[in-house]
Amino acid sequence: MSALHRLHGFLALVVAVALLPVLFPDNYFVTVVGVTIGFNVMLAVALNLFIGFAGQISLGHAAFFGMGAYASAILTTRYGWSPWPAMGVGLVIVYVVALLISRPILKLKGHYLAMATLGFGIIVNIIMVEAVDWTGGPDGMSGIPGLELFGWAVDSDLRWYAVMAVVMLATVLLSLNIIDSRAGRALRAVHGSEVAAQTLGVDTARVKSQVFVLSACLASLAGSLFAHQQNFISPVSFNFFFSIEVVTMVVLGGLASTYGAVFGAIVLTLLPQVLVVFEDYEVLILGTILMSIMIFLPQGLFVGLVRGSTGLLRRLRPAAVATGD
Amino acid sequence: MPSSDAPLLEVTDLATHYGPIQAIHSVSLEVHPGELVAIVGANGAGKTTLLRTLSGVQPASGGTIHFDGEEITRLPAHRIVARGICQVPEGRQVFAPLSVEDNLRLGGYSQRRDGDWVAQKIAEVYALFPILHEKRGQLAGNLSGGQQQMLAIGRALLGRPRLLLLDEPSMGLAPLLVEEIFRVVRELHEAGTTVLLVEQNANAALQIADRGYVLETGKVVTSAPAAALLEDETVRKAYLGH
Repeated sequence: MSALHRLHGFLALVVAVALLPVLFPDNYFVTVVGVTIGFNVMLAVALNLFIGFAGQISLGHAAFFGMGAYASAILTTRYGWSPWPAMGVGLVIVYVVALLISRPILKLKGHYLAMATLGFGIIVNIIMVEAVDWTGGPDGMSGIPGLELFGWAVDSDLRWYAVMAVVMLATVLLSLNIIDSRAGRALRAVHGSEVAAQTLGVDTARVKSQVFVLSACLASLAGSLFAHQQNFISPVSFNFFFSIEVVTMVVLGGLASTYGAVFGAIVLTLLPQVLVVFEDYEVLILGTILMSIMIFLPQGLFVGLVRGSTGLLRRLRPAAVATGD
Repeated sequence: MPSSDAPLLEVTDLATHYGPIQAIHSVSLEVHPGELVAIVGANGAGKTTLLRTLSGVQPASGGTIHFDGEEITRLPAHRIVARGICQVPEGRQVFAPLSVEDNLRLGGYSQRRDGDWVAQKIAEVYALFPILHEKRGQLAGNLSGGQQQMLAIGRALLGRPRLLLLDEPSMGLAPLLVEEIFRVVRELHEAGTTVLLVEQNANAALQIADRGYVLETGKVVTSAPAAALLEDETVRKAYLGH
């Protein structure tokens, strides 16, 4: 039942993602903002595995996003590599770095873990700014080539939309599958109580490290794609504030819900774009909206709305919902 | 039915510290295959710490623990579970946001190569606690305290225990439920499970145990067959309240 239920949600998402560009082919919000949403969904879903399901915290995930981006940028522009192997090398670097820091860092909990990941993110960002010979420093790197897939150049907004749609949906499907597996149950057990998880034979240190590394690798992949899509990157895109933004997406949508992370990423990417019409008051209104959501729907926007609407349905059609549940 | 076989669990001079504070001082005890051994003592005597040390959640600072002849003192918790020491932690610690069935599946985490066995064992747990079957799709957090305790015990059984560690299973439960839980523990014992039971409710624990140890401020002060402890004047005064 839960597998079928899970598939329904995913199919709805696939249909929505596929229909949007057909219905609105030249809409700025679909083809341009949509691609940005794709990156953010990837990052939020990846981070949600670590924060929402495993109950940990990372305030430095933009660093992994940036490491993927810079690995791709440096290898393609300075060494003339083609994008795919560059992306692979970026992935390997992030894998190794995440694995190395995960064991010592994940011994920490709560505020201390937040501080450690925060520090890591800031160090990586400083390297991006200071290692001018490699990264171009604060001015960033330009001239990053686009992507090509078996002779099919990803050279328009619509084509990038297609690529990001596929990658994003794959990430969502991966997350849904992990959560419903043995590994996912172990993750949620770690979230509940590490001691209880240990007494059931879960190697909690290993589980936490694995999900951290997976989350980092997905961020790296998103970063590489980002570099090729933007053709230009600079350290500003990967700083502390962006780390916080991704955490906000996860929390806003609803912790420990894959669709919550998707929803949070969409809302937090779209809102500033929509609020542009308010000009000077944009940030003020954005802040008010975010605060209101957390006050009135503390379990997150998506989770809160879903629970609210099923509760409403139950009151309207008690019998139908009871049997459907 | 105390057995003359080699002990399944042999604890020698075990010590544990929380920082500078010593919680357990050179505790020695043994549990033989098929036995139900109770450790009784007042609040703060070190009972829970002792169990946590046995299951590897709390590091030992001295002494040794042998299980089935092999030393396990320094093994991490998940390796100890793999050898068949399964703990029902104090306060139950079920995973509230997970369904009852997912909690049981987590209990079988270390039995990954044996899906059929896990499925069959889950059915057995449902037979033992029919209420869990009724509520198998519900979140564990919505169960009553007694049901959560049943779930915690069922979850531990999924780990294929050769030694079951029970930490205060009666804590916070109504008398009727305490009776129910102890009935199940006795049944498990009669079915051949080796049990080490830690309890503040000394009377109930010693009623069903073969042997008992009395723990006071981190030390074993008395050990005897359970029936003898129930008759012992000092034990009665201190722990049985009459």
